[in-house]
Amino acid sequence: MSLNSQDIARIAHLARLELHAQESERMLSQINGFFALVEKMRAVDTSGVQPLTHPVAAVRDVQLRLREDVASEPDAREQNQRSAPSVERGLFLVPKVIE
Amino acid sequence: MSRQLHHHTLAELAGKLKAREVSAVELAGHYLGRVRAHADLGAYLATNEECTLKQARAADERIAAGDGGPLAGVPIAHKDIFVTRDFPSTAGSKMLANYRSPFDATVVQRLADAGTVTLGKLNCDEFAMGSANENSAYGPVRNPWDKSRIPGGSSGGSAVAVAAGLAAAATGTDTGGSIRQPASFCGITGIKPTYGRASRYGMIAYASSLDQAGPMARTAEDCALLLSAICGPDPDRDSTSLDVPAEDFTRTLEGSIEGLRIGVPKEFFAEGVAPDVRAAIEAALREYEKLGAKRVEISLPRTELAIPVYYIIAPAEASSNLSRFDGVKFGHRAQQYGDLLDMYKKTRAEGFGLEVQRRIMVGTYVLSHGYYDAYYLQAQKIRRMIADDFQRAFKECDLIAGPVAPTVAWHLGEHGGDPVADYLADIFTLPGSLAGLPGMSIPCGFVEGGGKPLPVGLQLIGNYFDEAKLLNAAHRFQQATDFHLRRPEGF
Repeated sequence: MSLNSQDIARIAHLARLELHAQESERMLSQINGFFALVEKMRAVDTSGVQPLTHPVAAVRDVQLRLREDVASEPDAREQNQRSAPSVERGLFLVPKVIE
Repeated sequence: MSRQLHHHTLAELAGKLKAREVSAVELAGHYLGRVRAHADLGAYLATNEECTLKQARAADERIAAGDGGPLAGVPIAHKDIFVTRDFPSTAGSKMLANYRSPFDATVVQRLADAGTVTLGKLNCDEFAMGSANENSAYGPVRNPWDKSRIPGGSSGGSAVAVAAGLAAAATGTDTGGSIRQPASFCGITGIKPTYGRASRYGMIAYASSLDQAGPMARTAEDCALLLSAICGPDPDRDSTSLDVPAEDFTRTLEGSIEGLRIGVPKEFFAEGVAPDVRAAIEAALREYEKLGAKRVEISLPRTELAIPVYYIIAPAEASSNLSRFDGVKFGHRAQQYGDLLDMYKKTRAEGFGLEVQRRIMVGTYVLSHGYYDAYYLQAQKIRRMIADDFQRAFKECDLIAGPVAPTVAWHLGEHGGDPVADYLADIFTLPGSLAGLPGMSIPCGFVEGGGKPLPVGLQLIGNYFDEAKLLNAAHRFQQATDFHLRRPEGF
């Protein structure tokens, strides 16, 4: 299996990354180089094997916890917006979305 | 040369603080001076002298009042993957240049509560993606054993800070070997606990099902002191944190290892392991036999498969985790853009380095419609098979030992920007990471490279929650050897 430049453009769009022609070329050859390494993995017979998500689930039952749906953090709007690129009157500014 | 303050282990410094032979303020000042003097190593990304000295004064007061605890006043530094209120938190990325977190990571908070003094934030590969620390947006880190070589990664700044005496110890994070491999390349000791034992809250996420925090220090004893403060449930803030109580890992350090069965996987000694590295590992295993341990030959048949499995799962999780960097709520935003979509794309292309972009691309692809089963799900299934292989092996042995990496530290630029060359070098740390097992690296010898001694690390892998057993075995080895006490010339 080998990706082509259309695949790279499609994936870059899904990943919200702007790639220029030269970078796309390099990305294509590097990603194809990487997928050559992956071929061995695809050939493994995994029928009947359950996927492992939390590694410790290999030896014991692991439940992902939910906590009570109550506010636990104080209001820290100012601190939280301190590192925002663009803020006005406590709101995050983005380019116009609706005409 | 007389023994200077930074030549002491963290445990020794803690003793001096307690005995009031040195104050936390003096100690912090000594280390901050060294950080400035050795800025060429690139280990630190940020310091804040005022804040450090304030913490040191508070520690001195605690010690004077007699409620110090074993870590009060010891100067450490944090990998810049942990968010901190008092220092910028960049994850080694341009995306987070000057980012200020409104809170401290749980690990940072716990170590602060224990009285440690923070010297600053340490360089690392961007978002912890790398094996050489060459992927930092803020420049590489240099190995003090040979400045033309890489320190390993992604916790390269942490390893160098300890090896060069720029901190008594440091925090690191390990996703596929990022504590163990740089510890090995810089001749220090590091441990990654069982997945779920250390809170991931406030650790800037790379691959959430693999990321774990751990200490990097000179000795196993130092690591035990720090790990005891780091571990423990964080039920409200990390949903994958396990309900396993904190432990005092120093209690069992001295125990005998007579009869300890050390499993040696034949796959860890295959072709590709440098002969001098292999010789150092074999010598370390003989040392263990002299200490009463029994060598058992085992097999981890899917060792090689760990590379593709890891490099599918980790990028898949990374592509999801890093989708939050969109130039809206925090971080970099492009200067010039058209509509919202254009803003996202330009912001992310400018803010992320090349390796991060590659992993996001791979991850996006393997999670996309039509490819999920063939790649991501297949990788998760083999991940279980790899974890099962370990459980079979642990029926025959108590610990597993082998090299951390196939070679010693390579030269800066040696892999020539070929990402796959870096990936292949991770072969021996990835299986334990995928299985979520605790693992450590301890200095076990030196090989000669270009006329300089270069450290080799022995990897020890334990079964789930066997951190105490690992630290005990490492400590006994360090009682019988002096590799961990050697220092690079001039440091």
